[in-house]
Amino acid sequence: MRAIMGTYLRPTDLNEALRAMSAGGLTVLAGGTDYFPARVERPATEDVLDITGLSELGGIEDRGGHYRIGALTTWSGIIDAGLPRWFDGLKAAGREVGGRQIQNTGTIVGNVCNASPAADGIPALLALDASVELSSSRGRRLLKIDEFVLGNRKTARAADELATALIVPKPGRECRAVFLKLGARKYLVISIVMVAAVLEFDRGLVAAARIAVGACSAVARRLADFEHALIGAPLDDLASRVRAEHLSVLAPIDDIRAGAAYRRDAALTLVRRAVEVAGRECRR
Amino acid sequence: MKPRTDAIAFTVNGRPVSVAAPPIRRLADVLRDDLGLTGTKIGCNAGDCGACTVLLDGAQVCACLVAVGQVRGRGVTTVEGLAANGKLSALQNSFHRHGAAQCGICTPGMLMAASELLSRRPTPTEAEVKDALGGVLCRCTGYLKIVEAVMNTQAPAANGAGAVGARLAKVDGVPKLNGTERFGADVAPADCLWLRVVRSPHASARFTLGDLAGFQRRHPGLVRILTHRDVPNNRFGVYPDIKDQPVLAEGVARYRGDAVLALIGTAEALGAIGDEDVPIAWVETPALADIAAATAPGVAALHADKPDNVLVRGLVRRGDAAAAMERADIVAEGSFETGFVEHAYIEPEAGCARRVGERIEIEVCTQTPVMDRDEVALIMGFERSRVRVIPTACGGGFGGKLDLSVQPLVALGAWLTGRPVACTYTRPESMRATTKRHPSRIHVRVGATRDGKLAAMEFGGDFDTGAYASWGPTVANRVPVHASGPYKVPAVLARTRAIYTNGPPSGAFRGFGVPQAAIAHEAMMDELALRLDLDPLEFRLMNALAVGDETATGQRLTASAGLPACLRGLRPHWRRARTEAEAHNRANGPRRGAGIACMWYGIGNTSMSNPSSMQVGLDAKGRLTLYNGAVDIGQGSNTIMVQICAEALGVPADAFAIVMGDTDRTLDAGKTSASRQTFVSGNAARLAGLDLRRRILRLANAGEGARIVIDGARVRVEDGVTVREVDLSALDKGGGDVLAGTGSFDPPTTTLDGNGQGVPYSTYGFAAQIAEIEIDVALGLVKVLKVTAAHDVGRAINPTQVEGQIHGGIAQGLGFALMEEYVPGRSENLHDYLIPTVGDMPAVEIVLVEDAEPLGPYGAKGVGEPALIATAPAIFGAIHHATGVRIRRAPATPDRIRAALVEAGHG
Repeated sequence: MRAIMGTYLRPTDLNEALRAMSAGGLTVLAGGTDYFPARVERPATEDVLDITGLSELGGIEDRGGHYRIGALTTWSGIIDAGLPRWFDGLKAAGREVGGRQIQNTGTIVGNVCNASPAADGIPALLALDASVELSSSRGRRLLKIDEFVLGNRKTARAADELATALIVPKPGRECRAVFLKLGARKYLVISIVMVAAVLEFDRGLVAAARIAVGACSAVARRLADFEHALIGAPLDDLASRVRAEHLSVLAPIDDIRAGAAYRRDAALTLVRRAVEVAGRECRR
Repeated sequence: MKPRTDAIAFTVNGRPVSVAAPPIRRLADVLRDDLGLTGTKIGCNAGDCGACTVLLDGAQVCACLVAVGQVRGRGVTTVEGLAANGKLSALQNSFHRHGAAQCGICTPGMLMAASELLSRRPTPTEAEVKDALGGVLCRCTGYLKIVEAVMNTQAPAANGAGAVGARLAKVDGVPKLNGTERFGADVAPADCLWLRVVRSPHASARFTLGDLAGFQRRHPGLVRILTHRDVPNNRFGVYPDIKDQPVLAEGVARYRGDAVLALIGTAEALGAIGDEDVPIAWVETPALADIAAATAPGVAALHADKPDNVLVRGLVRRGDAAAAMERADIVAEGSFETGFVEHAYIEPEAGCARRVGERIEIEVCTQTPVMDRDEVALIMGFERSRVRVIPTACGGGFGGKLDLSVQPLVALGAWLTGRPVACTYTRPESMRATTKRHPSRIHVRVGATRDGKLAAMEFGGDFDTGAYASWGPTVANRVPVHASGPYKVPAVLARTRAIYTNGPPSGAFRGFGVPQAAIAHEAMMDELALRLDLDPLEFRLMNALAVGDETATGQRLTASAGLPACLRGLRPHWRRARTEAEAHNRANGPRRGAGIACMWYGIGNTSMSNPSSMQVGLDAKGRLTLYNGAVDIGQGSNTIMVQICAEALGVPADAFAIVMGDTDRTLDAGKTSASRQTFVSGNAARLAGLDLRRRILRLANAGEGARIVIDGARVRVEDGVTVREVDLSALDKGGGDVLAGTGSFDPPTTTLDGNGQGVPYSTYGFAAQIAEIEIDVALGLVKVLKVTAAHDVGRAINPTQVEGQIHGGIAQGLGFALMEEYVPGRSENLHDYLIPTVGDMPAVEIVLVEDAEPLGPYGAKGVGEPALIATAPAIFGAIHHATGVRIRRAPATPDRIRAALVEAGHG
């Protein structure tokens, strides 16, 4: 017993989609894993642009210097794509998103656009230094994840823009990636805290580090001070380098899942473990 | 803009279909409403439960999260597509054999998720099965039999004739597997009107209704608006003398979710209306959020007749507890708290009513059709005979479907409009509006002598009964009886209160307050054992109630008190578990622990008559029908009743058809609660079978030991070498059954005196469980590795079903212990309110103790609630063993455990 209002467009051509978007006011639908849950008890009155017919937004491509992940790429698509090891963190995040059903339909770009503080994809993408490709009839632009996600459910996407892809640069050195998620149950669980770490290494030392923490602030944050402190550190001695003040950029809140103090405490533990595991992976 | 309706073509189960539907509609709705494929279930419409899982081009997806416009040209497979030519698939058969479906509401989703896996991996590992099923929630089975079924699809069937003790597959199992079962949301006719309830968004508020007539005029398709003025007797409640809940509130809302008015109209019209559009002017008033607030001096009364907000007090007093406590060598003391717990059955409340002449017929998911009938009749001012309740299949109950939900509203709607009226609660509505487990605040003191004997117990428990009474008195009266645990305690003072607050009504939930109390008494047992330097199992065994002992109510147990046998059965498991945990903890890493807990549970109503009557009929063609008023809510009573009746009559179980719960066609078997159906209705089924047997033997003039073989219209009665035949067609007077047997049973109990002394139950279930856990100390994260469960069930009528009850009880106990807490306004969905997934279940080993109950049918007693009660305290005992930290508040979420660990000095 649901009423249906509003228009529904499902173009098969990107330019047509962008023309439709240029008027503004359209709600973009892809995997539906955020759209429908938000409409359990209220009428669906929006005008919808369903982008799942835009085949050019599918697929993952190696473009030489970077990978391009099309906007229709699902979590399962990421998991099954045979991507290099530095995607392991993103893949691990995918395996912990919802159940298989959600992974089979939910898109990674949608996860970013939904901009939930607990979005599992965002820390992993921050650690990959990824960017969002935004397209409109005005043209294209790239925004780094931290420039794109502005707050709780808030992004820099203009009303006429579509997020058409993620651009993930290839790291300059060998590297390993880790993602750790803390939830109160296995499967189908919203994160209390999650940590993504990517370590680039050279001759047994950390050459560059990108560490991001999610669900501990309105937007997942990278720990710049800690990343800096890790540079040059031997790979078998990373956990001990974490200091509580490295996490001072976080601003966790109390919610139904946990209190702020616990989040801060657990984030410290998970950061420590993440770099320890990543360091071990690098040495392997 | 006008909604666009497209012709959308795709295939379903290999068959091309074309539907004219707005492309944004959920695929789940299109499958169910437009294509009539109601095998796909809707549990949440938010991707949180997986009940609607279908395959889209072979990949599992939630049909509630797919716009039908996205399916154009693609292939959908639903549960209806699994069976080929009416024959169940190997996977479906495996579910049937393993008892993997209980209520059946998650079964289609489970089957589809498993199908996707099996198409890729025909012989999957356990880890792969869990990953594949991780997105489907089940509230009944504890998942273990589902995993087993998926991993062993080729195992051979092993069904006998289904006598008592046989692992008979569910007699009503096949429809749950092929998608044809009809649940509450599956019975609405295509031409019905829909009803939607508008509820209070505030815990406490006054309201005035605005111009409803104008509102209705502005919304074509809105046929009628019901307010309290449309309700003839606008008060209901499960107790005959406590009718405190309005069907529709009268200017005052007492909890967030209180029903204010009901909109009746077409689905389209109702769907276009937001709650905020309805002209209701709210004035929020201060809410009494919890027990402390509601019992503070000078606060307002929720109900005028209870000025102190105390609904009821319970008491059991035996001996002089204060004096005995003085004399005790050691005394342990503690305070414990639990929160609201939601039943979280995967089927939200749903039903449909139609007016038939001067009568109202209601098809609804319920645990108690006769109470529903009587209550709706009372509300409508009808004679009972003018209301008929026909239970649909019930997609989980656990106590939550013992109260009225949609029943009076759809009945009134159908009566006033003259058209069928249906209502299905949304998931958030189901969670907001319906009853919960009572939050508790318990303080307990237990004294023991140096030689390890319990001497005295003082128990004070306050239970938050929420805005309306519901089953609050049941909790307040059951808890004192059980408060001292399944132990010999010579002096007991147990006092309880049920307190009104502005929370959701707390009602019946698997255990009626006993699970809360067990956390307290079992923590005390551990504490005393520690201080006495006794092994926790041996200390419990020294004090365990046994045959010949007297309970706290002065009842002497004369039979079937198998706790000592349970504990002795657990002893080798216990020694292994403790030794292994301690050895593990000598190395670094996550810590392990093993805990043990005991429980007892009185079967049936507390000191109240709770009769059951059953009827079995044989028609002229030799067809047996069990007219079974006991509603099967997934726990399997349909199968149990048939097995018992078959045994009594002396025929195979597959000879029976069943009519379940229809108040026009079955006798009153009482409600499905208090673990009573096997014991109480099982006895009635046995007596009915025996009665029919006597009648047949009399017709054949045969002796008691004769064998009855029903062969169409001829019944052969073999009495030794003598074989006689009864020709049923000769008895046919054109009125259906030609022979019938009836049976009734009411367990013998007494009222309790002013000190709570007497015989509140005629038998008790006993159990002890060991939990083995691993705890990540730095994160406060607990993983339950294994539960070993010893249960005295009297006699296992169907061991597969007993195991299923125990698995499911352990799952709910684990959720209660570690993750489940309903907070109004904050956890009104199945992603903020967490129940265990397949990945959270421990391994379970069951030690069955069958200490026959002489009053029980073939020795049986109940296991439904006993399955859950010991689990949480056993887990908490294990956490203490691992870390030395005593958990005092459930659920013990990671943040609470971590805080307790930090306080206790863990880094």
